[in-house]
Amino acid sequence: MIYLELFLTFFKIGAFTFGGGYAMLPFIQDEVLAHQWASMDELINFVAVSESTPGPFAVNIATYVGSEIGGVFGAICATLGVVLPSFIIILIVAKCYLAFKNSRLVKGVMTGLRPVTVGLIGGAVLTIGQTVFFPVAFSWSVLATASFWCALGIACVAVVMAFKKVHPILIISMSAVVGIGLGYCGVWG
Amino acid sequence: MKIRERLKVSWRLFVIFFKIGAFTFGGGSAMIPLIQRETVDNHRLIDESDILDIVAIAESTPGPIAINSATFIGYQATGVLGSLAATLGVVLPSFVVILIISFFLRHFMEYDLVRYAFAGIRVGVVALVVKAFVSMYKQCPKGWLSYMIASAALLLSVLTDIGVIFIIIGAGVIGLITYLFFTKEGDKV
Repeated sequence: MIYLELFLTFFKIGAFTFGGGYAMLPFIQDEVLAHQWASMDELINFVAVSESTPGPFAVNIATYVGSEIGGVFGAICATLGVVLPSFIIILIVAKCYLAFKNSRLVKGVMTGLRPVTVGLIGGAVLTIGQTVFFPVAFSWSVLATASFWCALGIACVAVVMAFKKVHPILIISMSAVVGIGLGYCGVWG
Repeated sequence: MKIRERLKVSWRLFVIFFKIGAFTFGGGSAMIPLIQRETVDNHRLIDESDILDIVAIAESTPGPIAINSATFIGYQATGVLGSLAATLGVVLPSFVVILIISFFLRHFMEYDLVRYAFAGIRVGVVALVVKAFVSMYKQCPKGWLSYMIASAALLLSVLTDIGVIFIIIGAGVIGLITYLFFTKEGDKV
């Protein structure tokens, strides 16, 4: 049953990622590929859209995956799944939040969870980078293609823009416009 | 608080969080200043000093930071009713926008223009994920344990098939054990 599966998968993702939406990316990647709900290529498109629309990244990508797999009802199931653990846990924490804030247990678990999030997102950078720059497989022959060098050029400009705190939507728009221009020059094939 | 008053405040929470969900890009952390302005400065739904606690708790509980803060603030204001209103408010704009976009993209993905745009956008996304990685790294406490957990997580997630969920649980357990054994009450980590 696809709806239940969407709900449970996103519930698990919502319940086990700390540090907000981006921290979910590696987990979502893992689950979406394992369920064969999308290819790595499609997933990067989902990320791109979720990134350039308003609202929490986690909700955007859950809605997107859900809607692609199971239409409107699928989107509802996935979104409900990603939201519900937060909702329940916060209601519990809100009742006893001073105890929670000072708990040695929470502090201890967090000393492990902060770095693991960094490491997992680092992993996502590598896998996404590989898919974007080496679409078929890693090989030196890619270095001879125009598309690789054009992509690298866009990436460098985009990274500089990102660190100059340019708004994400401008970065996405710039990439889209350059992508279209290069496309009509025949770069992407 | 009387029931009519609670309904009124909950409706206001819904509207505030709907607005926040509809107009912030980049998810949870980008929402915090807006949340503060709307709920503390403009509407006095919570106290100024609460906002720091809310951020701390939203970051150390699982799930999207936007959902965690909305649920928490809603609960502080008018209990479960308020948390439902605020959470629904922050989720709804994302949900609707993504549903519409995913519907359109499914039909327009074949067009050259859209395909080229996405060839560019996908590269831009790499930059945004790199940015997320760097800002997570900056927030993370430094130390040999952090570096070890982060690099182990990166290698395990890229090179092996071990599920992300087990990597996260493992890191939590390691963090908890080292914290309980090696730090005393009041120590800085």
